[in-house]
Order: sequence, then C-alpha cells, then structure tokens
Amino acid sequence: MSNGFKKKMMSELSQLVIPLIALAILILFNLIRDPGFFGIGVAVNNDGNRVLTGNLISIIDSASELAIIAMGMTLVTAACGGQDISVGAVGAISGAVFVKMIQAMGGINAGTFAVALLLAIVVTICFKLFNGTLVSVFRIQPMIATLILYSCGRSIAYWINGDATPQLTSPILTAIGMTIPGIPVPTPIFCVLLVGLLLALIFRFTNISLYTQSVGINQGAARLNGINPIVIKLLSFVLLGVCVSVASLIGISRLGQLNHKTLLVDIEMDAILAVAIGGNNLGGGKFKLSGSILGAYIIQMLTTTLYAMKVSPVNVKAYKAIVIIIIVIAGSPVVKEKVTALWKKLRSSGAAIRKEVG
Amino acid sequence: MSGKNNRRREPLTDAQLLMTISIGIFAAMYLAAMIFMGGGFLKAQQIFDLLNDNSYLIIISCALTIVMIGGGINISVGGVISFTCMACAIFLNGTGIASGPMGIVLALLLALGIGLGFGLLMGFLVSYLQIQPFIVSLAGMFLARGLTTILSVNPVKVAHEGFLELVKAKIKIPWLGYVAQNGNLIPAKIEIGTVVAICVVILMFVLLRHLRLGRNIYALGGNRQSALMLGINVKRTCFYSYLISGLLSGLAGFVFLMHKPAGNASVAMRSEMDAIAASIIGGTLLTGGVGNVIGTFFGVMILATIQKIIALSPLNASWWQEMASGAMLGFFIILQSVVLSHRGRKTKK
Repeated sequence: MSNGFKKKMMSELSQLVIPLIALAILILFNLIRDPGFFGIGVAVNNDGNRVLTGNLISIIDSASELAIIAMGMTLVTAACGGQDISVGAVGAISGAVFVKMIQAMGGINAGTFAVALLLAIVVTICFKLFNGTLVSVFRIQPMIATLILYSCGRSIAYWINGDATPQLTSPILTAIGMTIPGIPVPTPIFCVLLVGLLLALIFRFTNISLYTQSVGINQGAARLNGINPIVIKLLSFVLLGVCVSVASLIGISRLGQLNHKTLLVDIEMDAILAVAIGGNNLGGGKFKLSGSILGAYIIQMLTTTLYAMKVSPVNVKAYKAIVIIIIVIAGSPVVKEKVTALWKKLRSSGAAIRKEVG
Repeated sequence: MSGKNNRRREPLTDAQLLMTISIGIFAAMYLAAMIFMGGGFLKAQQIFDLLNDNSYLIIISCALTIVMIGGGINISVGGVISFTCMACAIFLNGTGIASGPMGIVLALLLALGIGLGFGLLMGFLVSYLQIQPFIVSLAGMFLARGLTTILSVNPVKVAHEGFLELVKAKIKIPWLGYVAQNGNLIPAKIEIGTVVAICVVILMFVLLRHLRLGRNIYALGGNRQSALMLGINVKRTCFYSYLISGLLSGLAGFVFLMHKPAGNASVAMRSEMDAIAASIIGGTLLTGGVGNVIGTFFGVMILATIQKIIALSPLNASWWQEMASGAMLGFFIILQSVVLSHRGRKTKK
C-alpha cells in the first residue's frame, strides 16, 4: 500500500471515527446490560408471514425514515451551508397529497398507488424548489427560508385533507410499512438501501458530489470554474424532496393513517443531529453520506436503549440530550486537537523509552 | 451597523432601513385593523393586551437577537421557559420558606439561576469548545424539555397566595381606559410582565449601542477574523452573548408564569421559532453583525397583531393563523433580501 493511498484512507476514515466509537460504546453498553439485547428471533405476524423480530431489527427498521431524510439533509447542508427545518412539515404535505389522490381515485391498486406517489413527489419537489429558490436566488439563510414552511406546512397539509385524519388500509401499504409476504425483513430497510443506492449511483456516474462540495466550500470560486451554484443548490433541494416523499410514504404505511400533526414530527431536528453526529460540517462543504446514515442509526439505537431501560417516552429527550452533548464534545475541534497532541506526546515518549531500553 | 456620530448625515444603514420598514408595516397594519375591524382595535387596551400576552416572547426575542447579532443561534429558549415555569411552580407550591413572601424572590432567583445555568453550558460549548451553535442549543432544548417532564408530566398549578396576588396585580391607567356599556370607566391595564419586557428592551438597546460588550458583539458577528485582529476577546464575547440570552430566557420563564400561573410541559412550544421570526422581521440578519432590539420589539408586535386580526376575523382557526403568519414571514424575508440586494447594487455603482 503506497503512503499516499494510506494517508487518503486515513483522512476518509477520520471523519467516521467519532460516530463509530459512539456506536461501539452503545453496542457494548447494551451487551453488558443485557446479553440477549441483540438476539434475533423469528415470529409469525397477524397475516401469517414469518418475520424477523428483535431489538436490532426494530432499531434498523424504525430508523428508516430518519436515515432517508438525513441523506437528503446532508446534501442540502453541504451545498447551502445551512439546514432545512421544514422537512417534517413538507413530509406531512406530501402525505396529504398522496392520501387525497388515492381517495379521489377511489381506492388503492398498483395503478392509483403509482400515480398518487408520483404526484406526491412532484408536489413535494415544488415545495422544496420554493425553499431552494429562496436560498439560492434570494440568498436567504436556509434555516430562515425554510422557517416559513416549518411554521405553516402542517396547516397546509390539514387544509388539503379537509380537517380530517384519513385511514388507509391496503395490502400494498402493509407491504411497504411492514413486510412483503415471503420476505422476513421489514420493507423500510430495503427503502433505505434503495435510496442510498440511488444516490450512490448518481454520485458515481455524475460529478454532482464534487460540484456540491465545491459550491459549499466556496461559492464564488465554484462559479468562476463554470459551476452554476443556483442549479446545484436547487438540485440538492430536489433530491431532499424525493427523500422526504419516500420517508412520508413509509410513515403513512406504517400506521395505515395520515395524521398531519404526528407524521414525521420533530424529524428535522433529529435529521440535523444525524448529519452533525456523522461528522459533517454544518457550515457546508465536504460531506459523507455514510456518516449521516450512521448518525441516524446511533440516534435510534440510543432511543431504543433508553426505552429498554424503562425510561418513559416523555423523559427520553433529557437523556438523549446528555449523550448528544457528550458526542459533540468528543467530536469538537478543540478536544480533537488536544487528544492528538496527547497521543503524539505519548508516542514520542514511548519511542524514547524504547530507544533507551534498546 | 448603526451609524456613529460622524456619519449622522449619511443615509440609513441596512439595519435601520429594515427596522423602519417593519415599524412602517406595523403602523399600516394596525391602522388598517382600526379602520376595517374597528371594535377592540380602537381601544388603547388592545395594544396593552398584545403586550401582556406576548411579554415573554418580547424577552426571548431580545435574547435571540443578541445571539444572532453575534453570529450564533439559540433555539433552547422555549424549552428553558417551560423548565423554569415548571421548576418555579413546584418550588412555590412547596412548604417552609417557599410559602412565605420570600418564596417569590427565591423563585425569581431560581428562574434566573436556571437560565444562567443553560447559558453557561451552551456558551462554554459554543465559544470555548467551538461546537456548532445550532446543535448545542438543540441539545439544550431537548435537555430543558426532558427535564420539564422529569419534574412533572402533569400540569402544576401555582397555589402560592402571594404569587397569585402578583399575577392579578396590574398597573391601571385611567385616562387610557374606555367607558363600558353600563357607564363604568374601565382603566387600561398593564401587567407587571409587560413592564419587565419593556425594561429588558431598553436595557438591551443600551447594552448593544453604548456598552463595550455590545459593540464587541457586533464586531464578532460582522467578521470574526477582523474582531480577533482588533484585539477583541472573541471567545469571551461569544460566551457572554450566550450567558445573557440564557439569563433572559430564565427571566422570560418567570414572566410567563406571572401571565399564566401554571407549569406545563407543553408551554411555549415552538416559541423559539416565533422569536427567530420576530428578530428577522425586525431586521436582524442570521449571518450576524446586523440587528436591533427595537426592530425585534416591532417584529413581535407584527406577529401578535396578525394573530389578533385573524382571531377576530371569520377565519378564526389555528391553521389559518399559522398559514397567515407563514405567508407574512415569507413576504418579509423576500422584501429584506430584495431591499438589501438593491442597495448593494446601488452602492457598487
């Protein structure tokens, strides 16, 4: 292995060190607390299908929406240097459009499902383009620009659905929210894989990843090099829109109903947290999708661990906050510098001792 | 940045322009409400009602304005309000010294202490450990909300008699009152919280405009690197801005309790976003270095007036209110951006 390659690998991995350590500590903690915590069993659900059960499966399953939105959030963060806080509200709008279309077409089958989903995605992209235009053309801080939809998005969803919380039951939705008959793994996990694969393919075969990073690092320089920052920023919002729509579909399918107040509620905060825990700079520039996905699973594992420790759901926030503070302190530049300095000192003194002995 | 003595004759600065726009819009909106809605808007009491209901919002908006001028953000203010309310309510219901008149003073100290504690924690993390302010204050929000429910999941009503007297106490101004249908003169009433809020606005205005710390905060938000070169202790200035904002949010919690004497886990939900919106409408830029608490005050008044107008109109539903304030916010944000970019072009020529 050449030295240059090794160095590159190290720098690639260094961003993931903190989240990986955090994940390892969480896993270790759970194993010590309850050795059977990660046991996976097989059970038969109400429909007579064999499905995998266990804490590990439920963690990966219930983090799906968060992981999908965190991926989109990473792109917006990287390109615009700010976060979109309207994802939960826009997710509710997307769900409202989806349910409204299904109701208008009179029931769910493969055809109406596809049409409704497509329309929901298109509407979501339109809303995201509104955000994106404010950010890129009018040069408004992303958080402020998305504050508008954050404060009124759920009201729009409510208005679309005519003051109701509609119920939906269909084998198609069960297949998306729970499991497909014959496959024991919950479907949302496949949705995460699908979205992740799609983004990975886009990044593999286009230069969007590079362009996004250069716009995030220095917009003026990117423009002088022939990249149109406005298009790149809008594109990041479009991709986020698709992610939000998919997450909203999973959320509706899980419950079989649309509640504009609770669908994807507070997910924007968790998504931003996932991006930050994944070692991405919230000020834009370089990004790592894998870090954000890891962050999402860390957050979910933390929540599940706290539930398993009999912490009541309303109190979880306080403990979560403490763990988050510890993680960000460990990842802070000042602490990193101190630790590296200490490590170097230890190594050099170790080398000196070895020399003396040798 | 606001003009100094030798620039008195120059045109308005960006912040002053944005502030003027927001004051103008508030005046126009209130005038329109007076003409078209009549009724309550013709009474002086209406303005005092707006102030009484939103005194806590004015205080946390000032808290946010200061942090935002310094280039940071603090979204924990709403959580701190709910935690302070709950802690003070439980404390005031206690026995011993808490049940006497001294209890109120101690409760106020407790509120300020909680706010100061959050300010210390977040200020240290942001300025000395250089962690992103959004994440730090998000964790602060989670912590405060979680601690509130750990204290009590159910609402706690204050039973302290002295405190309830304080809640009822109002400053009455007879000559601003109106004559009710039965011929009695009903004086205009101002709650103590409103007076506190106005004092906070004035104090913060003086702090930002005339004290060294205030000028340092502007310098820090305008350009961190230049501030450092000028010999300003950047870290300490940043730390103090969070300290002040924490202290103010604790105070806002106490004022909230004086308005509605009960601790409740869902109190002041999303008020941090209202406070950010008010600061923005008042002409504070999230990028830092530009802003003014007087503008923020009018930002709160604009949001409050919109809500009042919708509440009195036939469209009285919470979702209409939210949509209207969202639309208004959008209008302001775009207006700001257009005005600023237009001026930018002019000065370049």
